[in-house]
Formats: sequence, structure tokens, C-alpha cells
Amino acid sequence: MAKALNAGYKRHYPKWHRERVPIFWWLRSASYVKFMFRELTSLFVAYAAGLLLVQAWVLGQGAAAHARLLNWLSHPAVVTWHVILLATLLFHTVTWLNLTPQALVLRLGRWRVPKTVVWAGHYAAWLVLSLVIVCLFVGVA
Amino acid sequence: MKSVAVEVLRYRPETEAEPSFDVFDVPYEDNWMILDAINHIKDQVDGTLSYRWACRMGVCGSCGMMVNGKPVLTCATYVEDVLPGPVRVEPLRGFPVVRDLVTDIQDFMVKLQRVKPWIIREEEKPLAEGEYLQTPEELEDYKQYSMCINCMLCYAACPIYELDPEFIGPAAIALAQRYNLDSRDQGREERMDVLSQHDGMWGCTFVGDCSVVCPKKVDPAGAIQRYKLDATVDWFQSVLMPWRKR
Amino acid sequence: MRTVNHDVLLIGGGGAGLRAAIAVAEANPELSVAVASKVYPMRSHTVSAEGGAAAVIRPEDSLDAHAYDTISGGDWLCDQDAVELFVREATEEMLRLEHWGCPWSRKPDGTVATRPFGGMKTERTWFAADKTGFHMLHALFQTTLKYPPISRYDEWFVTKLLVEDGRCEGAVAVELATGEVHAILARSVIMCAGGGGKIYPFTTNANIKTGDGMALAYRAGAPLKDMEFVQYHPTGLPFTGILITEAARAEGGWLVNKEGYRYLQDYNLGTPEPRPVLRSMELGPRDRLSQAFVGELKKGRTAETRHGHVVHLDVRHLGQRTIDEKIPFVRELCMKYEKIDPVKEMIPVRPVVHYMMGGIHTDLDGATPIAGLFAAGEVACVSINGANRLGSNSLTELLVFGARAGAAAARHAADAPAPSQSVLAQGLEEEARLQERFLDNRGGRERMANLRKELQDTMETSAGLYRDEPTLKAGTEKVQELKERFHDVALEDPSLTFNTELQTALELENLLDVAESVLHSALARRESRGAHQRTDFPERDDREQPAHSLAYATTGAPRIDYLPVTITRWPPAERVYGEPLSPTSDPVGGSAPPEDGGNQE
Repeated sequence: MAKALNAGYKRHYPKWHRERVPIFWWLRSASYVKFMFRELTSLFVAYAAGLLLVQAWVLGQGAAAHARLLNWLSHPAVVTWHVILLATLLFHTVTWLNLTPQALVLRLGRWRVPKTVVWAGHYAAWLVLSLVIVCLFVGVA
Repeated sequence: MKSVAVEVLRYRPETEAEPSFDVFDVPYEDNWMILDAINHIKDQVDGTLSYRWACRMGVCGSCGMMVNGKPVLTCATYVEDVLPGPVRVEPLRGFPVVRDLVTDIQDFMVKLQRVKPWIIREEEKPLAEGEYLQTPEELEDYKQYSMCINCMLCYAACPIYELDPEFIGPAAIALAQRYNLDSRDQGREERMDVLSQHDGMWGCTFVGDCSVVCPKKVDPAGAIQRYKLDATVDWFQSVLMPWRKR
Repeated sequence: MRTVNHDVLLIGGGGAGLRAAIAVAEANPELSVAVASKVYPMRSHTVSAEGGAAAVIRPEDSLDAHAYDTISGGDWLCDQDAVELFVREATEEMLRLEHWGCPWSRKPDGTVATRPFGGMKTERTWFAADKTGFHMLHALFQTTLKYPPISRYDEWFVTKLLVEDGRCEGAVAVELATGEVHAILARSVIMCAGGGGKIYPFTTNANIKTGDGMALAYRAGAPLKDMEFVQYHPTGLPFTGILITEAARAEGGWLVNKEGYRYLQDYNLGTPEPRPVLRSMELGPRDRLSQAFVGELKKGRTAETRHGHVVHLDVRHLGQRTIDEKIPFVRELCMKYEKIDPVKEMIPVRPVVHYMMGGIHTDLDGATPIAGLFAAGEVACVSINGANRLGSNSLTELLVFGARAGAAAARHAADAPAPSQSVLAQGLEEEARLQERFLDNRGGRERMANLRKELQDTMETSAGLYRDEPTLKAGTEKVQELKERFHDVALEDPSLTFNTELQTALELENLLDVAESVLHSALARRESRGAHQRTDFPERDDREQPAHSLAYATTGAPRIDYLPVTITRWPPAERVYGEPLSPTSDPVGGSAPPEDGGNQE
């Protein structure tokens, strides 16, 4: 069998093959896609935070400026965009909260708090915080 | 007898520049594992096929390969579970291929040593004083992480390691945690120095597939996130309460 | 051929090898230590050990009790000075491993827990759930990483020992990844390459257990001792041969035949009780339990499956909690490899080749008759295992004698002269042999897998649980024939990079030599003792002092010699299981279980 020698091979030295990582490596499995999407939602989180800051700044610029912002916010395209935004934020939050029991191990004395309790605790805290914020807004209004 | 087509990645570094697939038609029985099919090829069809295996009971960690794109222990994966075929068998992803299904895992061996996977004590207890006491609950704290068989499936599942081979990787961090959480150990800070470097735990972006593919339910992803949490708490303590010893 | 130099070379990186490496590094940090193994250390077969490791730790236990259980278990073929030393050093070695991080299972107060085991009169077995070997191996391996003088040569396959003027001065090894042949020169060499269960078709042993160390030492002139004693473990899963640990019985599992009857009561092993009774029934010694299976087979009371006859191990009455806590690996293995859940179903089991009591002849320090060559672990025969190893002694053995061999090799290396450069000529010869005999060899007609299968089937037929002269003789002739046919082996792979065909051929060569020594030793021993049962000589021969067999390689059939067993305080007596021992045969006390009735958890 007169096969040509591999040009890069040197006797007694390893000649490794290294697979090049494809640019669309994250399409290889559903879990990778989900991971990339979750990473992407961070941008949406940043946008939401930025929007909040802008709103606070506009409030300081007087009533007229605030009215213009509200007008922009109520435009159907912006509303649609913000509904999508809400969905991505919920996805980000839910996936994040679902991962917490893996990272957080709590002990009370000798008792190791079960993962489901850690998980439920985070959801409860989220719910309570959201309610507090809603109440604050209702109170101010 | 039933049979299935098995596509095996072949790489012959001395004669070929690139790997290619060989296809074998393998007869199998319902209690055969993928490894049995590969052994059949080696024993009866092509003696030049190279791969590693030893215990055939899922504890030595030798026989990890990619089967239809997923990292598995081939001694613990039934042929029947990957039908109808063709079954594609490749070396573990993310590692350099030495030949056929054999990868080079020396990188892991070096990284394992870097995280100091042994009991570190300020002062050794003399043997004459007997064992270190450790309650079943204290044992439970680290037991899960001590189950790692170094099979490298978690590295093969980790896209971060594939993209950046400098990343210290799931199993090495899980084994560092195994010792950190052991009540007999006092080496947490030393290991933190290693793992807080740029190629350490912060490289992990929590894809989470390492824990999905782990055949021993070690949950390296969880170990890494716990580590990050610990590091964060440490940092806040050192900033807010500099007088307090970590 | 390239040459590397070290002070001490370890061949094999399993439990014994790693323990020995640490012992050398601690005895003399000046010495450079090399660990050469054909697999990465954590792949070594120690990893598969399940049940536990014996050492006296409970207050009601005693060193004499451990010694007596070991000696009676070994059917009075153990060297009693070795056993006494072994039980004395066992506890300290086990504690040392605890200090190195081995995750031993614990009692609620934090002390080390123990469980009963077969053939023991009290519970003495330390365990890490039922992955004891796995945890010991990884604790040892990870601990070796902190010793800078220890260099590892992972995936280097040793093909020859370098011996000149009766002194071992190193070894020749093939680096699998590159195919390069190296001479590793050393002042002391410790062989820790494990047993050779793969000479049989149905074994708990990993694929890598091909008797390499035994064959290397045998060819270098060291005698193999007591090779006829091969332990069948009574409970292996059919088809795969995967071990179901004795701990399953120690925790209370029952062995039943196809009628649901606890048949061991018919074999002089005691009367059935609902709870485990020490040294009785399911907690009898392994040889007797495996032999009882053959009795049931002959009576037609075993169940037939498509993978041969089986009996059943029933652990259902233990309940899921105990099973998950004490024997989780048993459940994992059954679910994975038999697709049954032992919580709800009985486990099919049959005897399976598990361990070789015999091995390279050594003294108490692991020294072999070849100066500078030491051995420890399953590859060696000190002998503490006699004619039948007591369950859970092997893991402790590799610690105690690994440490002793390491310390002795360190002392030897400090005084021994540097290896002579003239041994390198042997290395070059070996390199040429590998090239011509295997890599350049084309046109052979014998398929390797078929030769191996014929060898394994021969061993099962000729040297199985029961043997007699005609089948043993036929076996020796068959192995001789296979050795000749091996010269015509078909090889297709000339490559240097990770050539597993070359490795398989070298392993088959080793299997043939080990099988030969087993058959000839078995043929020469005209008595039944422990694991060696001759139907033509059914009684133990007590007319003379018991003797070890020694098999020496020659150009033809091995020469078999004998060496008297060392008896110190326990003269040969009857092996009694299943009833309170009479005061004369039992210097230690009754066989009743401890007051608290077993496990404390």
C-alpha cells in the first residue's frame, strides 16, 4: 500500500488533528441555541435599564419633555417592541431563576435546604419585589 | 441477527492529512453497547482501529466518544438507543486527535494538577490520633463532586473549552470544589488564587451542558457557579470588612 | 531508542503503584521516581473495586481475629508471618488514606463506618459506599500530584525488564502515542501491574488486566507463586461479568436458586437467618460460595438464561433506602447493564473470575528473587491470600505492601550502583524484536481475537472452578499449540501512532505465558485447597506441611518447585463456617455478630 506520507508527520512525533471550530457552532444543539439566546437577552436587559434611566432624566427636564416621551412610548410600534422586550426579559429572568438552585447551596444548621425550596424562594422573592414596586407606583399615582 | 451501519472517524496521521469516515456494517444484539460494536469491528473486521477502553462498567472513564454528536461513555450506551443509524462515532470534541478515536488529554492532566486536588492542611494530624472526624452530612457536602471519573465528557460538551483551550474546564473546577468543601481541607484560598485567574472559573458562561452529559451526576456547572458565588462573597467581604480575615 | 534515567521505576499506576510511588517520595525525597503505566493512572483496575477494605478499627475486633479470618479463608496456604504483619500495618495505612482525603463512609459521630464481609467474624470492612476502589484510586492519584519527584509516563507499555547479572536495572517501554521505544533505567524497579483475569472468558476484570507484570517477571526469571489459585467471585452479572459486590450480601442480600430456596444451607455453610450472620451462609468465603453454585447447577436447580445458568441475588427486602445509601452502585449497574431495578427485582448472578491469589514471588518487603526487582498488589504473591483471598483484603494489601515495597525499593536504590550502560544492548534487541516480530510482520493467518477466545475457553474448561488431570493436561497442550499459532498471527497495522493492534498482540503474548503457568501449577498440585478444586484429588493434603508452588519459565514447559508455607500460630485446621467455632480451632471468640447487630447507620 503505497500511500503518500502525510507531509507534516515526523517519525516519533505526534501529528495531531485539530478540528476547526465552525462559526455557527452554537447551532449544533438546541441547548447551545438556547444558551446563545439567553446571552443575547442581556442586551435587552441593558436596553430596559437604559430606558428607565432616560425616563428618570426626562422627568427632570419638565412636564413637556415628559409628555413627548410618553407620546413616543405609546406609539403602536414602540408598544409592540416593548411587548417583545417584556417577553425576552421574562425569559431571561425565568432561566436565571431556574439555575439558582445549582449555584446556591444553603444550610440551616445540619439541614441542607432542598433545591426546590431554593428555587421557590427565588420566585417568591421576585413576586414580592414586583408587588412592592407595583404598590409604590399605585401609591404615587 | 440485526445489524447497523457504524460510521467511524479514522485519522491516520502518518499517511493522511485529514480524517475521514469508514463505514462498517455491524451485527449486534439487543444488550450490546456501542463499545461492543466497536470491539466487534476491531476483533473481526479491521484490527487497525484505535480507541481506548478498560473496565466496561462505566467507572474507569476511558471510552468516552462522540456518538451522533453527543459525548457519551460508549460502554454505557446501548446500540438500540441510538438507532436507526447510521451511528456516527467520533473522538471527543475539543481535544486534539492523536489517531482514530484516541484524543490527547494531557492538557487536562496539567490543569488538574494546577487546582491542587489533594488535602491541604496547615498542620497534619498525627496518624496515631486516628481519623479526622467527618459526619455523614459533612461527607454529603462534597461527595457529589468526588464522583468525577475524569472521562472528559464535560470538556467535550463545553463550547467555551473548544473555543478557548486555555479555560481550565468543568471537571478541574468541580474537583477543586470537591476539596474546598471537604471538612478536612484548608486549601480553599490557595485554590481560589488559581481559579480566579483569567482562565479560571470566570471563563465559564454557564452553558450548562457539562452537567447534562456527566455520566456520574457530578454537576460541574453547579460547582462552578457556587465557586463564583463564593468568590463574589469573598470579594465583598474583603472590601466592606477589610479587618475580617477571609 | 531513547533512554531516560530514574532512581526508582514503577510499572503500573494502580493502587499499589501509586502507594509505592508516594512511599518512595516520602522515604527519600532525593530519589527520582518514574511511574510508567499502559493507561492513565485513574483508568487502572483498582477503580472497579467496590465493597471495601479491611482493617481492624472497632474495639471488639482484634488483629488476631483479622489474621485468623484471613488464614482460614486462605485454607492455610497464607504465610502467617506475612498475614500478621499485614493486619498490624493495615489500620495505619487505611488511616493514612483517610488523611489523604479518601471519602470513607461515616458513622453519625464522624468516625469511620465499617460493614461486615464474607468470611469475617466481625465487621471490619471500611467502605466508601460501594465505590471503594474508585475513591481510593482517585485519592491516591490526586495525592501523588503534590510530589514533585514523581514523574509519570502515562500510556507507556512496558515490553521487557532489563536484567543483567541477576540485577534488574530498568525496563523497555513503547510510548503508545508516538511509537517510540524507550529504555527506562533505574536502580530499583517495582512491578505493580495487576493480575491477569483476562486469561478467562468470563471475568470481572477490565480489558487491561492481561497479566503483563506477571509475564514480564516470569520471562525475566522470577518465579510465579501459587498461580493455580484463581478466585471466582460468586456474584457476577451474566453476559458482562460485571461484579455485584459482596457488600450486597453483607448488607443482607440472599442467594436463592430457581425455586427461591437459600441453597447455601445445603453446602455446610450454616442455617438461614433473616439477618446476615457473620461467617455464615451468604457471608461464607468466596470459594465455597462459588463451588456451591456448581452443586446447584448439577442438581438442576439453577435458572437458565440466554447467557447461561444463574442463581439470584435478592436484595428487595432491604428496601430502597438502604440500597441507595449502602449499595447505590449495585443499583446503578443493574439498571444500566441488566435493565432491572434491584429494589423490585432479583439480580441474576453466576460465579465469575475475579482475582488471582498467585503472582510474582516476593518476601515481606516485596522483594523478588531478582535483585532490584520488587512487586506489590495483585501482580505479587507475598502470600497473604493463600488458596482463597478474603474479600476486602486486596485493597488493604495494595496499601500495606505497596508502601513496604516502596520503602524497600528506596533503600535499595540508595545503595545500588547505577545501571550499567551494557543493558542498553538488550533494549536495542527488544526494539528490533518489536519491529520485526510485529510491525514488519505481514502475511500471518491467525486472527488475534480468535486465538484469545480459544485461550480463554481453554482456561474455563481446563482450569475452572473444578479441575482434573485429563482436562488440565489437555489445557497445557492446547496452550502450547496456541503459542505456536501465535507466531503466525495476522497483523495489519504497521503504524507507530497509538498502535493498539501492537498492544493487543503484546498482551496476548503475556496472556499465553500467564495461562501456561496457571495450568502447569494446577496440574502439579494434587490436592484440593481453597480455590483449587481437583475432582481427582478432592481432599486437602494435610500429610505434609502446606507448600506454595513456584513456576519458573524454561524454554519448554515451566518447572514447578515448592516452598513450605510459614506457619506461626495457627496450625492447619478445618475451615468451619456457619456455626460457632469450637474453642480449639478458634483462638479469638465466637462467630456471633456484634451486639449492635451490624451497621450502625
